[in-house]
Amino acid sequence: MKNQILYTLQLSDNALIYGHRLSEWCGHGPILEQDIALTNISLDYLGQARSFYQHAANLFNALPQAEKQGMFLSVALEEKIKKGESIDEDDLAYLRDGWDFRNLLITEQPNGDWATTIARAFYFDTFNYLFYTQLKKSTDLQLAAVAEKSLKEVTYHKRWSAEWVIRLGDGTNESHVKMQTALNDLWPFTGEMFRMTDAEKDMAGNAGVDTAALYDLWLQEVAAVVDEATLKMPEGAWMQDGGKNGRHSEHLGYILAELQFIQRAYPGMEW
Amino acid sequence: MPEQNSNKNEWPLWEVFIRSKAGLDHKHAGSLHAIDANMAIENARDVYTRRMEGVSIWVVESKYIHASDPDSSGALFDPANDKIYRHPTFYDLPDELTHM
Amino acid sequence: MTVRDFQEAFDEKIDKEIAIEPRDWMPDNYRKTLIRQISQHAHSEIVGMLPEGNWITRAPSLRRKAVLLAKVQDEAGHGLYLYSAAETLGISRDEMYDQLHSGKAKYSSIFNYPTTTWADMGAIGWLVDGAAIMNQVALCRTSYGPYARAMVRICKEESFHQRQGFEILLQMSKGTEIQRRMVQDAIDRWWWPSLMMFGPSDDNSPNTAQSMRWRVKRFTNDELRQRFVDVTVEQCKILGMTLPDPELKWNEEKGHYDFGAINWEEFWNVVNGNGPCNKERLEARAKAWENGKWVRDAAFAYSEKRKERSGSKDSKAA
Repeated sequence: MKNQILYTLQLSDNALIYGHRLSEWCGHGPILEQDIALTNISLDYLGQARSFYQHAANLFNALPQAEKQGMFLSVALEEKIKKGESIDEDDLAYLRDGWDFRNLLITEQPNGDWATTIARAFYFDTFNYLFYTQLKKSTDLQLAAVAEKSLKEVTYHKRWSAEWVIRLGDGTNESHVKMQTALNDLWPFTGEMFRMTDAEKDMAGNAGVDTAALYDLWLQEVAAVVDEATLKMPEGAWMQDGGKNGRHSEHLGYILAELQFIQRAYPGMEW
Repeated sequence: MPEQNSNKNEWPLWEVFIRSKAGLDHKHAGSLHAIDANMAIENARDVYTRRMEGVSIWVVESKYIHASDPDSSGALFDPANDKIYRHPTFYDLPDELTHM
Repeated sequence: MTVRDFQEAFDEKIDKEIAIEPRDWMPDNYRKTLIRQISQHAHSEIVGMLPEGNWITRAPSLRRKAVLLAKVQDEAGHGLYLYSAAETLGISRDEMYDQLHSGKAKYSSIFNYPTTTWADMGAIGWLVDGAAIMNQVALCRTSYGPYARAMVRICKEESFHQRQGFEILLQMSKGTEIQRRMVQDAIDRWWWPSLMMFGPSDDNSPNTAQSMRWRVKRFTNDELRQRFVDVTVEQCKILGMTLPDPELKWNEEKGHYDFGAINWEEFWNVVNGNGPCNKERLEARAKAWENGKWVRDAAFAYSEKRKERSGSKDSKAA
């Protein structure tokens, strides 16, 4: 059960942190129509995050009290748990500290320019498409239901980001260079998607997904788009990881400082 | 600052038509900018169907719309005014007659 | 037909409340007035995304975050509808942006005020959107067809904006002392600028008479302002807060609330660039546009290449 909670949190954290990053674009996009498109994607991810958090909270609240304590390092959340209170989606999003967050490092990378945002979206959307296609078959019916809904959303996101990779890659010289640079810079964060944690291994095959098995297909799909975009597949085998085990880049701290500001400055209030 | 030819690369304007549900006509919803038809459909989806307003989208680049000349509207449309016999209410039939 | 005939036909349509459509003849000044008003309105939507956008990453719950994001996105959509309406008059969106970024075009001065606490999200929804809706509902019957249709769509979508704002304030007003203090502080800061949103008083608004004649405007600034005050005072009671105007008082005889004098000196200063955030707001818009240039150019270049390569036809309508 603990692994199922951690696993669900990993999915929610991915969706929240990534959706949060995309929301930073709102009002600053390169053209009104794409500003709106990107915000739609951000809203999709926020919706996914909420569904997963609600599920994680339900799983957690159903645990015997003894098993609840010590699951999180965050003081604020532990205090609540010690008092025997049940937790909800907002407690999970707003009261945990960085080391309790299990999102992939790629999701917390800064937006950078449009090419960087597109490269990050392209790698992550392509993965999510394959991932949700599998998660739809989860024995955890809640996860399966969220996956089914999310798959429709991600199918659109994936198309959107791949089209932009092609446009920028095969656009002007300037955009070609920018797109290639962005693909290269984010490449070291792609390996983590397929390197499975203990919780993932434990879950794979029934409630969870064997992500290592998705790699070949992912690589194939990515390579096809990169080729059509007249770009080169990034090289370099060294991959960053740690996010799924709570070891993050410096960026996450700043994301959380903003995201959690009100809840931390004015604890225990309804908004 | 405005550039001399800042409009040179402006993305073209498209007209968007939305079918709100199966069985109904596509209706003009508005316009938007997009680089090609494919993007125009996607942008239309993002801009004009955020509240479940549609099940199908048509787009056409605005420059391809041909419109009747408003100054000839008299010649075009007024002659239909006196053809009232084209309407069912023109015919005086007994009330007992049903299903017609 | 002579210009005089055209003018007569136009006047007759206006009098009969027949909408003017893009290809109809219209006086140059009507066209210019509309372009100015619609583009100003569009710019206000787009610049108006910024003060609320300021709190998207700090919204206090996931639900509030999603709602705020959807709302700010709606504003982008509304700007888009309005730019499209203006484009039917023969001006491009790029030209309108140039006018905004160069400071030639104006936008609603309320967006030059800072959003300093979460309660501001509530106050903007309740007061600023409330004031905007007063104006927009009236504009659904404006004489220019594309403008009126854009306004109908906007009003339909706006209806949740004011409600979500009021909900934020209501929730906070039922909360702790510090939350109530935040609400009162936000109301104190947004009340007067909201009243200014209706524009100069009628005796100081030189364009009003002509705009009313053309039915571009349907009510005067002071009429709409009064209407706003009357409904807002009642709503404020539900929040248990006070509006920062000691002269605010029901006038039995008039059947309206009396209210204190608006500080027009402040209004004109903010309009003319001296508001607390004028510079940041314009810079943010100009920066987004400039940073996006290579992106727009790339998409354009790609599309040109594709056309060259295939001379292809896009997928058929179904």
